[in-house]
Amino acid sequence: MIKKGSQIVCESLLREGCNVVFGIPGGAILPLYQALPEYPELRHILTRHEQGASLAADGYARVTGKPGVAFATSGPGATNLVTGIACAQMDSVPLVIVTGQVNSWTIGSDAFQETDITGITLPITKHNFLVMDASEIASSIKEAFYIANSGRPGPVLVDIPRDVFVQEVEYEEPGELNLPGYSPNVSGHSGQIRKAANLINEAEKPVIVAGHGVIISKAYDELKELAEKAQIPVITTLLGISCFPEDHVLWTGWPGMHGMAYASFAIEEADLIIALGMRFDDRITGNPSKFALNSKKIHIDVDPSEIGKNIRVDVPIVGDVKEVLTRMNTHVGAATHPAWLKKIDVLKEDHPSLDIPETSKLLARQVVRDISDETKGGATIVTGVGQHQMWAAQHYRFKKPCTFLTSGGSGTMGYEVPAAMGAQVADPDSIVWSIAGDGGFQMTLCELATIAENRLPVKFAILNNGFLGMVRQWQEIFFDSSYVSTGYTGNPDFVRLAEAYGIKGIKVTDKTQVKTAIAEAMDHDGPVLVDFIVEQEENVYPMIPSGMTVYDMIEEPISEKVTN
Amino acid sequence: MKSSEKHTITALVEDRAGVLNRISSMFRRRGYNISSLAVGKSESAGLSRMTFVVDGDAKTVEMVVKNLHKLVEVIKVSDISEENAVSRELALIRVKCDVATRSEIMQIVDIFRAKIVDVSQDTLIVEVTGNEDKVNSLVDLLDSFGVFEVMRTGTVAMSRGASFEQDKSMNSPRILENAS
Repeated sequence: MIKKGSQIVCESLLREGCNVVFGIPGGAILPLYQALPEYPELRHILTRHEQGASLAADGYARVTGKPGVAFATSGPGATNLVTGIACAQMDSVPLVIVTGQVNSWTIGSDAFQETDITGITLPITKHNFLVMDASEIASSIKEAFYIANSGRPGPVLVDIPRDVFVQEVEYEEPGELNLPGYSPNVSGHSGQIRKAANLINEAEKPVIVAGHGVIISKAYDELKELAEKAQIPVITTLLGISCFPEDHVLWTGWPGMHGMAYASFAIEEADLIIALGMRFDDRITGNPSKFALNSKKIHIDVDPSEIGKNIRVDVPIVGDVKEVLTRMNTHVGAATHPAWLKKIDVLKEDHPSLDIPETSKLLARQVVRDISDETKGGATIVTGVGQHQMWAAQHYRFKKPCTFLTSGGSGTMGYEVPAAMGAQVADPDSIVWSIAGDGGFQMTLCELATIAENRLPVKFAILNNGFLGMVRQWQEIFFDSSYVSTGYTGNPDFVRLAEAYGIKGIKVTDKTQVKTAIAEAMDHDGPVLVDFIVEQEENVYPMIPSGMTVYDMIEEPISEKVTN
Repeated sequence: MKSSEKHTITALVEDRAGVLNRISSMFRRRGYNISSLAVGKSESAGLSRMTFVVDGDAKTVEMVVKNLHKLVEVIKVSDISEENAVSRELALIRVKCDVATRSEIMQIVDIFRAKIVDVSQDTLIVEVTGNEDKVNSLVDLLDSFGVFEVMRTGTVAMSRGASFEQDKSMNSPRILENAS
C-alpha cells in the first residue's frame, strides 16, 4: 500500500504501543502534524515549550516503563528539546524523539531553521538516526524503540526531513531488526552469579545499595526476597528511592552528599556491598579512592561500561537486575546477621539525620513531612533540583514502587512542572504532587497552560524560600555567606499566577495552615498550586562536601536560624 | 600502579555516515587520547575496520573498549596490544636533496627497504612501510638532510596466526566480566 512518510511515522508509533505524544508543531514537522487527525488513537499533548515536551515524555516514561515520545520541529524546536534529552540520557530513561528537519536537498546550506540536531545530540542520546528516505522510516522507528528500551534504556532521536514526511512509498511492515552491533547482555554469567552468592553467604556485614536499575527492571520482589532471606539492610540511591518500601524494617535510607548519615556510615562499615543497577555516582562515593575501603563489592549492572568506571569491584555481573537476582537468590542461603542489624540500629540512633527542629517557623522539611502523612506515602512525587529535592527525598516516606521522579544525574531544574504533567498523563488516577522550588518552577512554568488545558489534577507545592536555595547554601558554607545572584526578589505572586491559568491557588505563610492547605488541595479535583512561604535560610543536612569522605560529613548544627 | 603506554585496539564498524563522528565524539567526551587512527573497508561489504592506537593505562584502555562496544554501530572490538600482532604504517616523506646528498639518501632508503617514488631537482619522496618505530627512525635519519613534509597513514594492525573467532572478542560476556 502506498503511504506518505508522515503516515508511516504514525503507524510505526502505534505499532510500538505509543499512544501519547508531547510536542509542538513548526514548519519542518508540519506534514507529520497534518497526518495526526487520521490517527485519533495517537493522543497529542501540545506543550508550551519543547523542553516541556522532552521532560514530560521523561516523566511519562519513568511511570509507564514505556518510551516517552516527543515531537519538535527543526532548529530551535529541536534544540529546545536538548535539556530533556540530556536528562533522560543521564538517568537511563527511554525516549523516542521525532524531529522535523529542513528539506533534504537544503541540508548543509544553513537553511531557515536548520540545525544539525543529530550532531548536537550525538553525545546525549543512546543512538540517533537521520532518515533520508520514507522507505526507511518504519525500520528506523522500530529500531529506535528497541534501542531506547532494551539493555540500559536511553533516549533515541529520529530526525526526518520535511520532504520525507510527504514522500509516498510502498509501505511494508518492518522486518526483523538489523542491529548487528547491538545485543545487550541481560542474563548474567552463571559462574559470576554463584561467586556473588558465595560472597553474600560468607558476609557478616552486608548491605544492598539499590539503584534505578531495580525500578527499571521492576525487580522489587526479587530485591525484597534477597533482603529478607539473608536479612540484609537495604540502602537505595537517590534514583532508587521507592524501589523498597520505606516502612520496612530493613530499609536504611539513602547515602551520599545529602543522604541519611546512617546510610553513609553503614556503607562505610559494611564488609560487602551488593550494588544493584547503580553507578557509584560521585554524589554517593565522594572521593572514590577513599570510598568504602573495608568492603568487597558485587556490582550488577546491564551496562558493562559502568563496571569498573568509578570504583573497583570484586564480582561484576553484567545483566538485568531482575534476571540476575532471580537466579542469584536461589544460591543465597537464609541468614540473620543480628550483630550487624543491631549496629545499623545504633547508627540510626546516633545519626538521626531526619529529626526536624521544634520551631513555630514554617520549615520546608515540615511541608514535605505533612504531604507524606496526608498522602500516606502513596503519592507520586516529582521534584525539581536543589534543596527541596533533597528534602523531598529525605522526608517523604515512599511506600509504593516507582513513585519518586527526580532528575538525578543531570540535575535539571524545572523538571518538576513538565515531568509531573507526564506522570499524571501516564497514570491519570494517581495522586501526583510536584514538590517544586521557586527557582526551578519559573524555568518551566509555561506548562501550567498545558496542565490547565488537559485538566491534569497535578498538585504543586512550591517550597518558596525566595532563593536558589542550594546555591545559597553553598555560598553560606563555602563563600562566607556572600549571596551573589541567588536571591529571587522579583518572584511573582504564585497564587495569582496560578489563577491566571485557571488553576486554584493557595498561599501558606504559617505552620498551622500547612495540613489544611494540603487537604484542601487534595479535595479539589483539578490542578492546585500551593505557595508555601518557607524559612529563607534553612539548610540541607547532613552534607558531605564535594569530593570528601563520610568522615568529613557536616551533620545538622544547632542553628539559631531554624530554632527558636 | 599507573603506567601510560600505547595500546592497539581494532574495531569492526558499520560503514555509515556519521560513524566516525560518533566514535571520535565518544573519545573526546570521555577524555581519551587517540595517538593514531586508521579506517578502511573490511572483508565484508558494508563494514569498515578501524585501528586505534590509544595512550593510557590499562583501566583507560578497558574503558575505551567498553565504551566503543556500547556504540550501536560498533560490531566488534578487540584489544590486540597484548597479543602477538602485526602492525604497519605507511609514510610518505618529502626530503630535500641535491647531487651531493642524493646517493647517501638512497643508501639509507635501501637499508630501511623503503622506496623512492618521486624525484625532482631539489626533493625526493620516500615511501616507507613498517611499524611506528621504524617509520620514526627513518624520519629522524632523513631529518638531517631536511624533511619538508611527512604524511603518515596511522597504524593498522592484525593479530598473528589466530583466526577471526579466536580473537579476544568483547562480544563474550565472560571476557567482559573477567576484564573488569
